[in-house]
Amino acid sequence: MNVIEVQGLHKSYADTKAVDGIDLTIAQGEIFALLGPNGAGKTTTVEILEGFRKADSGSISVLGFDPSQRGVQARIWRNRIGIVLQSTADAGDLTVIETLSHFAKYYSAPRDTDEVINSVGLDEKRDALIRTLSGGQRRRLDVGLGIIGSPELLFLDEPTTGFDPEARRAFWLLIESLRKGGTTILLTTHYLDEAEALADRVAVITRGKILEVSTPAQLGGRATAKARVQWKSNGVIQEEMTDNPTEVVKRLSAQFPGEVPELQVLRPSLEDIYLSMIGEK
Amino acid sequence: MSTQKSLPTTIALGVARGGLEIRQFMRQRESVVFTLAFPIILLAIFGSVFKTTLAEGVTFSQYFVAGMIASGLVNTGFQQLAIIIPMEREFGSLKRLRGTPMHVASYFIGKSILVFVSMAIQVVLLLAAGMIFFGVELPTDPYKWLTFTWLIILGSAASTALGIAFAAVPKSGRGASAVVSPVVIVLQFFSGVFFVFTDLPGWMQQVAAIFPLKWMTQGMRSVFLPDSFAVREVAGTWETQRTFLILMAWLVAGIFLAIRTFKWSRD
Repeated sequence: MNVIEVQGLHKSYADTKAVDGIDLTIAQGEIFALLGPNGAGKTTTVEILEGFRKADSGSISVLGFDPSQRGVQARIWRNRIGIVLQSTADAGDLTVIETLSHFAKYYSAPRDTDEVINSVGLDEKRDALIRTLSGGQRRRLDVGLGIIGSPELLFLDEPTTGFDPEARRAFWLLIESLRKGGTTILLTTHYLDEAEALADRVAVITRGKILEVSTPAQLGGRATAKARVQWKSNGVIQEEMTDNPTEVVKRLSAQFPGEVPELQVLRPSLEDIYLSMIGEK
Repeated sequence: MSTQKSLPTTIALGVARGGLEIRQFMRQRESVVFTLAFPIILLAIFGSVFKTTLAEGVTFSQYFVAGMIASGLVNTGFQQLAIIIPMEREFGSLKRLRGTPMHVASYFIGKSILVFVSMAIQVVLLLAAGMIFFGVELPTDPYKWLTFTWLIILGSAASTALGIAFAAVPKSGRGASAVVSPVVIVLQFFSGVFFVFTDLPGWMQQVAAIFPLKWMTQGMRSVFLPDSFAVREVAGTWETQRTFLILMAWLVAGIFLAIRTFKWSRD
């Protein structure tokens, strides 16, 4: 069963086409990442799927529901999704536990608040006022609010912006645990390593169009791209592009008496592929 | 399936939101001081400056307390909401609420509860300060307390609805206070809060009569001043029935506008 099905999505603001014909299919339990530069149409696309914006045209089904609809059906639908927006900065005069237990009241089957606090790593901040939290801790609270209603589908818009590397790793573990619970996740991110670590599939989007949808390992022909073997000979870096790096390494090891100086086998990273796709390289 | 289980009711969530709003309000020292202490400071200033007696048994302080309670309805409802809601919109807290199954009516109910409770606290403090320091007298006639009660309920409801409606006007959260406060201050001058209403120029009285604050102050005077003072009003009577109808009309208009203009996010 597909959780999200989108066909021919279009959305323009004044004379700019923010979303210019997007098709998307996301299966149940999948973690799907939207990658793209700022202004590529990621947030507009996600906000249409969240029901915050109306598309100009296109057919959209999210959990079998058209997000642009209103009324009681929309509230039943919102009960099944969780949304983590790009940034929220309220005055912060409530504590972590007060905020989470209040939001828990909005849903028909909320998760246990202390369990959520634990899973976003805010145990020590349980009774702290939000305004005393660091940026990363606030972000984790945002995620906690996104999952408090035990959503079947979770939207994460640039969830780890401003995290230190350790907090980012902890966040990835949280997402992994949600995946195990069967939550479908649509993620937008700037971080290629994040997409690679988390996503089953990624879509690269630029100027309102999807360039490619693939697994992180196969994006842009990455899996079949030629490897680059580098080594040093007579004080000069040598390199060779090859489909069979093992053969090249064997040849080199026969050629040199001991260690092959500064030997490296390089494959394009997801970032290399991504940058070349969006035309930055 | 979570779709099978029922969602909490709009009223229950509205009450929960009211509790949360009050808790937040009490933790913002500036808002507590501004909303609760400012009217008392004004009473202290005006009560000390104007020692005049307007009629037998009617000191300026007595006249002024009636006006300040009416003003309180506009301050705690209209002014507070028209400033706070654009900020909540700018901060993204409204957008986050929009993403939940909560009905917008629960949000409105929560705000109404906040306004009503802060209004009640303000009235008690203002009357206590007036009685202790400026010899303000409370009415003894139960009929006057009945008028007082419906004025507070109807007035804060209309003020809440109009505040939510006016919150659509400020372009940014930071600029909201600059847009809203002058409207309120001008209305206070025009409506006979700081001066005796009948001393104001006729055109000012006529402009004021369009807006609800004039009717709230007049209504509060009917509660706190002796009935013998009614002859000194513009119409020569308290016009209680007309006050009720005009406030009712503003309430209906406010609710209509609030629903029509309410925006969860800026774009």
